[in-house]
Amino acid sequence: MSSRDRGRAWPRGLQAALRYVAMAVLALALFAVILLLAGKDPIQAYRDIFTSTLGSAYGLSEVFVTMTPLLLTALAVALPSRLGLINVGGEGQLYLGALFATWGALRFSALPAWLLLPLMIVLGMIGGALWALPAGYLRARGIVNETITTLLLNVVAPSIVAYFVFGFWHSPMDTNKTANFAAAARLPTLGGTRINLSLIFGVVLLALFWYVMARTRWGLEMRAIGGNPGAARRSGIPVARYLVGVMMAAGALAGLAGMAQVSGYYGVLLVNFSRGLGYMGFLVSWLAGGTPLGIVVTSFVVAVILTGGNLLQLTGDVPYAVINILLATTLFVVLARPSLPRRRKVA
Amino acid sequence: MTPLALLGVVSSAIFSGTSLLYATLGEIVGERSGVVNLGLEGVLLVSAAAGFAASAASGTPYLGILVAMIAGALMNLILGYLVVSRRANQLASGLALMFFGFGLSAWIGRDYVGAKITGLPRLTLPGLAGLPTLYGSLLRFDPLIYLVLPTAALVWWVLFRTRWGLSLRAVGEAPDTAFAAGRNPGRIRYRALLAGGLLAGLGAAHLSIAYAMNWTEYMTAGRGFIAIALVIFSKWHPLRAIVGALLFSGAVAFQLLLQSSGVQVSPFLLNTVPYLLTLGVLIIWGGRRRNAAPASLGRVYQGAE
Repeated sequence: MSSRDRGRAWPRGLQAALRYVAMAVLALALFAVILLLAGKDPIQAYRDIFTSTLGSAYGLSEVFVTMTPLLLTALAVALPSRLGLINVGGEGQLYLGALFATWGALRFSALPAWLLLPLMIVLGMIGGALWALPAGYLRARGIVNETITTLLLNVVAPSIVAYFVFGFWHSPMDTNKTANFAAAARLPTLGGTRINLSLIFGVVLLALFWYVMARTRWGLEMRAIGGNPGAARRSGIPVARYLVGVMMAAGALAGLAGMAQVSGYYGVLLVNFSRGLGYMGFLVSWLAGGTPLGIVVTSFVVAVILTGGNLLQLTGDVPYAVINILLATTLFVVLARPSLPRRRKVA
Repeated sequence: MTPLALLGVVSSAIFSGTSLLYATLGEIVGERSGVVNLGLEGVLLVSAAAGFAASAASGTPYLGILVAMIAGALMNLILGYLVVSRRANQLASGLALMFFGFGLSAWIGRDYVGAKITGLPRLTLPGLAGLPTLYGSLLRFDPLIYLVLPTAALVWWVLFRTRWGLSLRAVGEAPDTAFAAGRNPGRIRYRALLAGGLLAGLGAAHLSIAYAMNWTEYMTAGRGFIAIALVIFSKWHPLRAIVGALLFSGAVAFQLLLQSSGVQVSPFLLNTVPYLLTLGVLIIWGGRRRNAAPASLGRVYQGAE
């Protein structure tokens, strides 16, 4: 590298930072227009969102709570994307993970926590992995594209959860959710907050993902498959086994997110509890270019927006879903800039 | 099973399947040009909310239908801007559009939850006026239902029998070749998305104005994704989509019939049958590439200018 190139590196980084700031301002301005049209004060709304999330210890802790499942569902997209696999099925895999973990929580509720929680984690990961198995197998055999399989199975998964909850597991009070889990089936939380242990799982697994991709033979072979599957096959890499295995690993990660939601966040299994966590993970991973650090940063930003929306609902008498507009305008602005620095093609 | 009960199943399948078929036709037009719209769920929600709000505010359902169609077209144009003009990733853009639709529809509909509207009139076909009232009442449909089959035929005719449709499919298969042959892939994809948005708007209008006659948040309940599955099931063909839509909505109606005749089948498990069937059909087709997806589906056309 010549000295001139090194001299330009910093201004280029600055340029990129400025670009991100400009995009954020544009997204906020778009949402402000919508707020103005509805007769709300956008400045006040943004001040409220800021103070309710980053401005207090409690708000910040809630941001981490919202961020937790996104780390895992985004990783469930980023990992297979390194092989050129497009996993849109995080949503369904998450539901199956929650279902399997709940079965463990209800069936073995008498076990102590140190035994029950690992069991639920394993069950959740098995559930997600099994739900991803058809997609990986059919893709490896060249029968059906994994995008199509995962999309179809996404629609099936909530129905299966509903079948078990309405049919067998519902509590005497409510038909659409199970009874509260035993204390031993709840992931431990941090201090007085709702942050649970699965935040650590997410961070550790992201670090592991980086290590595997960058430092191990598996990572090398996976990158080879992602680069050129034909060449990888000819050089003796078991491509089909990788496609199935990685798809199942991705499913296991999304399943772990499902387990964490029912065990850590809700403490019950609720019908239709996710409504888009898996799809959000896809967007986070895509925006982050599938990199571990990018996933952490992007999920944090998304979580700030989503958490701020809770407050908007309380003070601004608007439906909670409206915060999706701010989220989507942010996404639109980012998507509309094709030449982002360090972007890697996920799909 | 009595003929009356069977007729009831068919009638209710037609009622709930109409919005599905319109949405599927719209998605087919877009996908034939090479653009997959994963945000269909959001498009339907915004159209349903806007159409219902317009009906409630103006008192006429026909204005509501028009507004729903325009809303659908505008939503699809957002996708067009991202994936055609800005060359963004189609799957991510579609999902972003879906979340946009969640938010915008909740916003549009927030003052109309529980509002009353006059729905579309129910008409009896001339030849069926002589039937007993019980049968006759099951065969009285609104105009949007009568229009759905001609619309499917029209979409087929436009796609497979006109120059415009040929260009559209050419762009969906090989945009570079189409460009070399003098077509403008970007403009054609915009037009396909516009037409697809109008069709999705019709479907959403039927859902909120004619079928449910109310607005509730997230009322589409997955119909957008069902329609995307139906496109695959029908192998991107408008006429096969008719069969698919009836099959999917028929499964829901059929389960009511089973329950009334004492057979206990969980409605939730029965709901999954069409998707598993779709997957089964795809597996049977296997690697045969004929009649499969448009070759450039989901790919960004980088352009030559």
